[in-house]
Amino acid sequence: MSTGPITARGGALAFKPGYADNAADALRDLRPASETTDFELEHHHDAAGTAQLGFWVYLMSDCLLFAGLFATYSVLHVRTAGGPTPQSLFDLPYVLAETVFLLVSSFTCGLATLAMGRRSRRATLGWLAVTFALGIAFVGMEVHEFAHMVADNAGPDRSAFLSSFFTLVATHGLHVTCGLVWMAIMMVLVVKKGFTPSTESRLNCLSLFWHFLDIIWVGVFSLVYLFGVS
Amino acid sequence: MLLLSGCQWAVLDPKGPIGLQERSIIITATVLMLLVVGPVIALILIFAWRYRASNEKADYRPDWSHSNRIEAVVWLIPCFIIAALGVITWRSSHSLDPYRPLDSQVKPIRIDAVALDWKWLFIYPDEKVATVNQVAFPANVPVEFHITSATVMNAFFIPQLGSQIYAMAGMQTQLHLLANEPGTYQGLSSNYSGEGFSGMTFKAIALPRQGFAAWVAQVKAAHQTLGAEAYEQLARPSENNPVAYYSQVQPSLFADIVARKAVPLAVLGAGPAGPHIRVRALAGARTLQVSLLKDTGSPATRSN
Amino acid sequence: MLGKLTLSAIPYQNPIVMGAVAFMVLAVIAVLGAITVFGKWKYLWKEWLTSVDHKKIGAMYLILAGVMLLRGFADAVMMRAQQAMAYGPHSGYLPPEHFDQVFSAHGTIMIFFMAMPFMIGLMNCVLPLQIGARDVAFPFLNSLSLWLTVVGAMLVNISLAVGNFARTGWLAYPPLSELHFSPGVGVDYYIWALQISGLGTTLTGVNFIATILKMRAPGMTLMRMPVFTWTALCTNILIVAAFPVLTVSLALLTLDRYLGMHFFTNDLGGDPMMYINLIWIWGHPEVYILVLPAFGIFSEIIATFSGKRLFGYTSMVFATMAIALLSFVVWLHHFFTMGSGADVNAFFGITTMVIAVPTGVKIFNWLFTMYRGRVRFESPVLWTIGFMITFVIGGMSGVLLAVPPADFVLHNSLFLVAHFHNVIIGGVVFGAMAGLTYWFPKVFGFRLNETLGKAAFWCWLIGFYVAFMPLYVLGLMGATRRMDHYDNPAWQPLFVVAAIGAAIIFCGILLQLAQVVVSLAQRERARDLTGDPWGGRTLEWATSSPPPAYNFARVPVVRDRDAFWDMKQRGVDMKAPVYRPIHMPRNTGTGFVMAMVLGLAGFAMIWHIWWLAIGGVAAAGAALIRYAFDDDRDYYVEAEEVRRTEILRGRAQLRSV
Repeated sequence: MSTGPITARGGALAFKPGYADNAADALRDLRPASETTDFELEHHHDAAGTAQLGFWVYLMSDCLLFAGLFATYSVLHVRTAGGPTPQSLFDLPYVLAETVFLLVSSFTCGLATLAMGRRSRRATLGWLAVTFALGIAFVGMEVHEFAHMVADNAGPDRSAFLSSFFTLVATHGLHVTCGLVWMAIMMVLVVKKGFTPSTESRLNCLSLFWHFLDIIWVGVFSLVYLFGVS
Repeated sequence: MLLLSGCQWAVLDPKGPIGLQERSIIITATVLMLLVVGPVIALILIFAWRYRASNEKADYRPDWSHSNRIEAVVWLIPCFIIAALGVITWRSSHSLDPYRPLDSQVKPIRIDAVALDWKWLFIYPDEKVATVNQVAFPANVPVEFHITSATVMNAFFIPQLGSQIYAMAGMQTQLHLLANEPGTYQGLSSNYSGEGFSGMTFKAIALPRQGFAAWVAQVKAAHQTLGAEAYEQLARPSENNPVAYYSQVQPSLFADIVARKAVPLAVLGAGPAGPHIRVRALAGARTLQVSLLKDTGSPATRSN
Repeated sequence: MLGKLTLSAIPYQNPIVMGAVAFMVLAVIAVLGAITVFGKWKYLWKEWLTSVDHKKIGAMYLILAGVMLLRGFADAVMMRAQQAMAYGPHSGYLPPEHFDQVFSAHGTIMIFFMAMPFMIGLMNCVLPLQIGARDVAFPFLNSLSLWLTVVGAMLVNISLAVGNFARTGWLAYPPLSELHFSPGVGVDYYIWALQISGLGTTLTGVNFIATILKMRAPGMTLMRMPVFTWTALCTNILIVAAFPVLTVSLALLTLDRYLGMHFFTNDLGGDPMMYINLIWIWGHPEVYILVLPAFGIFSEIIATFSGKRLFGYTSMVFATMAIALLSFVVWLHHFFTMGSGADVNAFFGITTMVIAVPTGVKIFNWLFTMYRGRVRFESPVLWTIGFMITFVIGGMSGVLLAVPPADFVLHNSLFLVAHFHNVIIGGVVFGAMAGLTYWFPKVFGFRLNETLGKAAFWCWLIGFYVAFMPLYVLGLMGATRRMDHYDNPAWQPLFVVAAIGAAIIFCGILLQLAQVVVSLAQRERARDLTGDPWGGRTLEWATSSPPPAYNFARVPVVRDRDAFWDMKQRGVDMKAPVYRPIHMPRNTGTGFVMAMVLGLAGFAMIWHIWWLAIGGVAAAGAALIRYAFDDDRDYYVEAEEVRRTEILRGRAQLRSV
């Protein structure tokens, strides 16, 4: 629940979500129960902190989903069934360009968050737009790569290796696409409503999500592409 | 239940060394656990009765909730039992590993078993004969089963002889069994495999040496042979199949089935030859090496 | 336009199925008709379908679990009847293709749509109250989770009338579940029902973890949390960690079936055994997802009805965490017979047994909670004692199955079936029933009829033993599971005994239905005016029954593990002199609408109606975006309103004195 009209204990801390919830937690756990009160009229819950924690938990869960796909890929990547092998398929410079786009987008996303901290609507929107464009470029390159492979008779139904390759990479791509949709909505929200506690909290979650996808991509790039061609 | 004759107690009335050891493990483990479980059940009833609300005479200490001594005991007792069972588990997992050849002076007989929809095909590579839904072997001779499936997963199981093991397409599992005495034992697939699953039973016949030779001669006298075409016919789904004998069998048939070369229905987009590969089973250290690609002529065996 | 869906999808020619369908349709019409006749549509929409109140959501989960228990039990009765008849020359009354659907549906429904909603329902009802919170962390997600689960259950039941259900067993092992061997829509129903409800379950996990970690009453440190809260926390961590693996396994199977990929096919490099590994990496934690909350329930009940603190709280907490951790390193014991080798088998056998240590500790701790207590034998305690005895027997057969060579002869046999019913009925179902009886007055405001409850308990307990002890014996006699027919006439008498056991359990279920009806009729007499009908120890009993929407007018400060017990001991005055406005979430239909259109999309995917699938997902997305733009999502209950509510309840309390 968000802060009520009366300032609750720890209320002053609650403005910086990321740190405040830990502090509030620590306070609650360490604080000896008051000798005089048996009830609190106003029990404060830091809504942004809760949302942030919930989102972290979701990310961990998503991380395990990717772990499942990575495990599948590492079992199946040798099963080329006489079809194309990773060496014959992957174009490392192309994927490197893709990677750069996503890594830079993670950086610009961070800049957007910083701009939000400065309460600069224009800068926030600007950096979000740059991030969005880089994300689109990434997805576009990926779709192009897939189309190329399918046309080359190396589609996901060719072998277990290709099934697991397409599924792992496309699942990441689908996440990025969802992130883009979310980003577009957030830009509209920022334009329409400015920095309310709820838009701020969501922008924080979005940026967490975006960095998370970046980390997953680093995994994909190393495990699938780098190991694939070596 | 006392009316049931001995042979109904399949798992508890084994006719071979594997089954006997497994039964003794079941009994030992049960007795070990009963050492704790029995008193625990008794204590549950005793405590519940003694400390019933209406028993005013019983001690009542509403705030008593901790005792280091009791805690230590309740953690240690299960630990001891599990430690004992753990030792049994470690040893028996190795000594009764289905892949482990039996300790015997006698040269084992090899039989290849193939799960089909919904019947068992047995191939005798040395005798060069094949049967459906009946497998015979000499008693007191170790039998080395090599098992695969041409279709979905099944499990090969003769309860009175002991261990079962999965039959999986494109892979080959092994099972070493031995019958101590001649007899006819029920065999089955214990892993559900679709509509005809319930009828996927067979008879495992342990014969005296001469009897086995006679049985082989009988199979050799059969009219039909198992070539590619006959196999194609046989592999089609059918239920409750009668016993069938094949006087000859295409020598590479089992290897072809394992290598997914002999695939009855043309469901495959055939790919060109690829290298022989070894695949680790997900679970770990010891590997299940299987041949998966169509070019592999000879099935791989599991290494240690 | 309608994909694969044609009129021939309805199994007209099968009288058994059509009878069930007719019954289902009549029941639905009766319910809808009654709502219309009594003019309750608006009430239903405003107070229930759009509710984000965790207590109402919990109640709806419980109703879903109850209905699905009846459906799953009907399947069980059909199996018992078939196996009691079909031996030797007799083929019974079910053809294999029907029998195979029955056991697949039984397992799927009982695990996903009976046991899971039951436990999640109880958590919803109780958990926020127990930690002194006014709601869950994300009330809207909670509503979405509920309706996604309901939609999943609906899909499974629709498969009865339109098309058919999977014939692959409840885990749909490939290659049997691959398109080549299961070309129909059955497996697709299975996949989409589980994916949709699984999404709901994952969200529940996220929601409850955040709730427990962030919304506890002041003073409630982690080591002051009630044991049920602890077990719920571990359960939800397991959900969040395990369900993504289920999602992946099912998604890969879906890709094989829909896009011709080769994850688990026999050919082109696919590996069916990988599915079996993956599904059990989810599946074994799932068992503990079900049973850990039950352990929590028993802990609460045994302490309350012994009038005593729980013995060895710290041990309990660590045992729970140990079980949760270990549950991830035992999955291979479900397939020792795959041939992974002695070292691997021994490793997983031993890790499995190690779980028996913390579990054993729990049993001992409950035992010593009764020691020097004053045990009142009300029906929750009967369920608890029934559980303790039954569960140690199930645990024993479980440890036995964990010895690989023993498993080599018992795997897939009816011994195994007896074992997991022994722990699931003895542990999960008994726990659910105990929890339901215990918390029913809190959620609904009146007690369940005790006489009928006790009678139901005895039917369940005796019925369980009569139904499943013969299966242990049959397993030792070499009878395997999932047979629609067998040749050995010696097995038949035992199957008949098992069928009688099922009939006894059925009596128990009928008694429970009667219990609900009778208790409802006599609710004025059984009303709980104190809010604390059992002499409770934890915070849920500190508020009135049923609690007001905001749970607590003032949030209690926790000073002791048994927080409410401690407040009663110190004579804390529960009446508040002054109130403040309370911040509450507003009801929203978004969750309901999203789940329904996603359900439609799932149905469309099953039948390959692509436009509808895309439309459904798009509509769900649109509903979510619309909700994102909605600022009017919460409100304040005015102090005066709180005061009035409390006075009404306070007055009610006075009257009872």
